[in-house]
Amino acid sequence: MDFGLTDDQRQIQRTARELLGERAKPERVREHAEAGRMDGELWRELCELGWTGIALPEELGGQGLGAIELSILCEELGRSLAPVPFLPSVLAATVIEHGGSPEQQERWLPGLASGETIGALGTSVDGTAELVIGGADAALIVLLDDDGGGRVVSAEQADVSAVASIDPTRSAARVSVADDAGEALAGDACAGLGRGLVAVSSELVGVCDRALEMTVAYVKDRKQFGVPVGSYQAVSHRCAQMLLDTEKARSTAAFAAWAADSEPARLAEAAAMAKAAASDAGREVTASAIQAHGGIGFTWEADIHWLYKRAHIDAALLGGAKRHRARLAGILADQLGASAAA
Amino acid sequence: MDLTFTPEQTAFREDLRAWLAENPPEPKPTDGGEDAEFTYRRNWQRRLYDAGWAAPSWPTEYGGRGATPTESAIYFEEIGRARVPFSANTLGLLLGGPTLMVWGTDEQKERYLPPILSAEEIWCQGFSEPDAGSDLAALKTRAVKDGDEWVVSGQKVWTSGAQYAKWCMLVARTDSEVAKHKGLTYFLMDMEQDAVQVRPLRQITGEAEFNELFIEEARIPDANVVGGVGNGWKVALTTLMNERAGLGFALQIRLRQLLDDVIAKAAERGLLEDPLYADALAEMHVRCESLRLLAWKGLTDAERYGQPGPEGSLVKWLWSDTNQRLTELAVDIVGPEALTAGTSWSYEFLRARGNTIEGGTTEVLKNIVAERVLGLPRLKVAV
Repeated sequence: MDFGLTDDQRQIQRTARELLGERAKPERVREHAEAGRMDGELWRELCELGWTGIALPEELGGQGLGAIELSILCEELGRSLAPVPFLPSVLAATVIEHGGSPEQQERWLPGLASGETIGALGTSVDGTAELVIGGADAALIVLLDDDGGGRVVSAEQADVSAVASIDPTRSAARVSVADDAGEALAGDACAGLGRGLVAVSSELVGVCDRALEMTVAYVKDRKQFGVPVGSYQAVSHRCAQMLLDTEKARSTAAFAAWAADSEPARLAEAAAMAKAAASDAGREVTASAIQAHGGIGFTWEADIHWLYKRAHIDAALLGGAKRHRARLAGILADQLGASAAA
Repeated sequence: MDLTFTPEQTAFREDLRAWLAENPPEPKPTDGGEDAEFTYRRNWQRRLYDAGWAAPSWPTEYGGRGATPTESAIYFEEIGRARVPFSANTLGLLLGGPTLMVWGTDEQKERYLPPILSAEEIWCQGFSEPDAGSDLAALKTRAVKDGDEWVVSGQKVWTSGAQYAKWCMLVARTDSEVAKHKGLTYFLMDMEQDAVQVRPLRQITGEAEFNELFIEEARIPDANVVGGVGNGWKVALTTLMNERAGLGFALQIRLRQLLDDVIAKAAERGLLEDPLYADALAEMHVRCESLRLLAWKGLTDAERYGQPGPEGSLVKWLWSDTNQRLTELAVDIVGPEALTAGTSWSYEFLRARGNTIEGGTTEVLKNIVAERVLGLPRLKVAV
């Protein structure tokens, strides 16, 4: 039993944290968020470093690493809120990798691996996906529908209108397609969703971690009635709860990443648990962070609200906590049925 | 990252599981009350002892198997899974013995450890007092030197198993002139003296796991001081640190089993299709699994890197909160049987109220997380 990262993984984590600490400082994130545009320079740098292809097969232009390495990057990007379309692009690539034919993979994945092609993933109802995160930057959009099918459209093949979501660190768009637009994925469009959920959950863990870190720093510093507000139990106990929620999310996300690489039979269950825990944690922890910051927490100027907004977008992405608990209940019922029959 | 067990660890688990399957305990006694129940647990411990399974984590020189922390956790998982009784001398095995191994003299270890293992001498814990619960250092039980003996008077509370105990791990004040943490001494007190009166403390479930102790000039030989006069706080901390370490793994497995039972009941009553129940049960599953992951992460990280992480403080808190929610959810799912006195369902949910209080209240655990893990300042109040 070993929850630790390998030396190589630690190196990836260290490098990512240092790089983003330098290149995605809060002021720079704010600058891009307020302008409503991605940090193209940073994006190019991450692509050159191979981030976009980290978990894609080497023969398709990726680094050939696994879900754990991908989750490390997602967590660091969540921590920094770097204004780049990494997650949307990775989600699109994951669905294509596991749901496309070999020929489809060869056609689309190299561009996504190198970052030359920016992707996005949306869920459409009657041909329209309302809020596709990263949709306005994407050249290639993967759309999943209600029946578990999926297709890939280019931005030109769809009606893409930019929408301002509450989280301006990434673009969003409303995407509408005609019935025959694009190309259906040859395999199971949902096959890559487990891995996609791991990526989103890991990003949420990073968001929670950063929210807790900012909160602890603030309540140690802010004095009222002659003492740091963090010495009052109402505040310190709130922080303790934030840690518990974050660690619940962290442990389930880590388990799901490990399952993706090493125990795929448990991935469906693990991914549902991770997304449920991370979605709840994201919303609770960032809301708590605002509260612990008092009046300042409610200002545009303080940096807490970006985390809160990102948490809500991610909590809803690919289904929220309730949806995944419902899926989990179904999985547990199936297991019960299976063991009863056995 | 590798969340599997080694072949050796798997073999350890399978050996124990096989032994437990081949050597089930006698059927639980249905009458004879608490005394019969205690004898039952004592007999069970003797059987474990005879097979070398009473305390695998104890070093071999003291009768254990020298099991690693991981193996010890596996041991408790299997004990929990097999739904066998907890040993009669759990306090001696998990608290007293390990405390003596750290702080006891060679004579003390030789004298006291073997009868702990065999359940020949049962141990209890004399720490909390009516005025000293979370603020344990404020305890008032007094020990005064008289020749080569100590004379002890005071009151203890929440002493489980006292009515059957031979030895009490007693923390008493030996010096009132110094700071409250510094004037304490840890003793082994012989419970079989008239000066020690045991009064059962009836709890909300109806029975009395715990007792009050009324100590009026009890006598303790100087040889029964553990860790030196005035060092009682440090010795007590060793005891408290051991309190939940291994047992927690058994409690988690029991929680998992309870959840499985509740899910089965829900299925029986067609409630799994009800989205509200499905949601609540799925949330319980998420909690149970994160608890398991956090506990294993805490244990293996400490084993591997030495430094304990945040998990240790979080696990007891999460377990107790989850057990309360689950046993309450069970009331909704099971129906009237869970509100009928004397059923295991009603017992579990009433007993669960104690989980967030015993072994460190949730309020204190949150303080520990805030202060020691997050580094938040403590509010200074006039003492």
